[in-house]
Amino acid sequence: MAAQQEREAWFSPKNIKLLTNPINVDNPITKQVLGICSALAVTVKLEPAIVMSLSVMAVVALGNFVIALMRNSIPSRIRIIVQLVVIAALVILVDQVLKAFAYDVSKQLSVFVGLIITNCIIMGRFEAFAMQNKPWPSLLDGFGNAFGYAWILVVVAFFRELFGSGAVMGVQIIPESVYEMGYMNNGLVILPPMALFAVASIIWIQRSRNKELIED
Amino acid sequence: MQELVNIFVKSIFVDNMVFAYFLGMCSYLAVSKTVKTSVGLGAAVIFVLVITVPVDYLMLKYLLNPGALSWLGEEYASVDLSFLSFIMFIAIIASMVQLVEMVVEKFSPSLYASLGIFLPLIAVNCAILGGSLFMQQREYQSIGEATVFGIGSGIGWFLAIVAIAAIREKIRYSNVPPALRGLGITFIITGIMGIAFMTFMGIKL
Repeated sequence: MAAQQEREAWFSPKNIKLLTNPINVDNPITKQVLGICSALAVTVKLEPAIVMSLSVMAVVALGNFVIALMRNSIPSRIRIIVQLVVIAALVILVDQVLKAFAYDVSKQLSVFVGLIITNCIIMGRFEAFAMQNKPWPSLLDGFGNAFGYAWILVVVAFFRELFGSGAVMGVQIIPESVYEMGYMNNGLVILPPMALFAVASIIWIQRSRNKELIED
Repeated sequence: MQELVNIFVKSIFVDNMVFAYFLGMCSYLAVSKTVKTSVGLGAAVIFVLVITVPVDYLMLKYLLNPGALSWLGEEYASVDLSFLSFIMFIAIIASMVQLVEMVVEKFSPSLYASLGIFLPLIAVNCAILGGSLFMQQREYQSIGEATVFGIGSGIGWFLAIVAIAAIREKIRYSNVPPALRGLGITFIITGIMGIAFMTFMGIKL
């Protein structure tokens, strides 16, 4: 196995594809329908969305790597339990780090840090990729999918924060003079259902540009 | 008693798992193609939530919370294991799902056949883990409250998935723009249903 590893370059075209495919054509949210719950719930403001993306990135990349290392020694009957234990251990680490270094954001994310455990992206990638592939491609696949997840979160959160509170990353963007002319923040954008419409618009744009993705 | 009714109604309508917190969206989107299967999955979710939320409550109260180990003796009174709650919850959920699967298979093979693959999938449904985590966060005072919360959020999830499945069965005959077909239109319908459910938000009990 080590010999094969050496023959294939670290960033061969195949490996680069693992990294870039999930960002567009094989996006975890808009194509694979994985990890929707957290994508919708943490996107009211940009900062929690970025922190959430980084947490998921850490868990999915490291988890993919660990599972790929152990893939030959996991009996298939109990693989779900093994995977859950790996994920839960990583999520506990992430949760403790967040509580220590970013307490405010960790409070805003509330239960959604814990819910990374059941985030389907992670289980989905373990099942679909890490159980059959070597550690290095699995690590790349984890990063690729996490990036695909992250950009959707960031785009949705950017627009929701901009229109909902006129700010980006907590900094006021829309100037006071515009408000004086009668502009008002759109309170509807902050409410949960608008996240669904935002993701639906992204899906609509993506699928109109790329006809292959259209369902039946 | 009034408190229990309050939690029950609130967890079904006001704090609906799907429309207010987007929990269990993955299976909600994937299994809502026909009403029949969504009824089966919804019932299974109610069942598992009713069991796991009270069990997790007992775990928190007698094992994990700060000072919960004081029944072991004075010297354990200061132990705080609450950072272990994630791994504990998911282990309980996974084993409970396994147990429920075996019991159903033994005593009601017909129900087992109709639920089929959905039972094991429930272990990774975020509505279940979310139920336990919300129970921990909201600090319910007794096991009765925790159980009622579990039943209520299960019923709320059941209502949501059956409703979307019924709409999706009808919408198959409509002329949806090609790029929105399938996933896109389901998102938009869920959003509209979410807005409708928001009318319950003003209710004070």
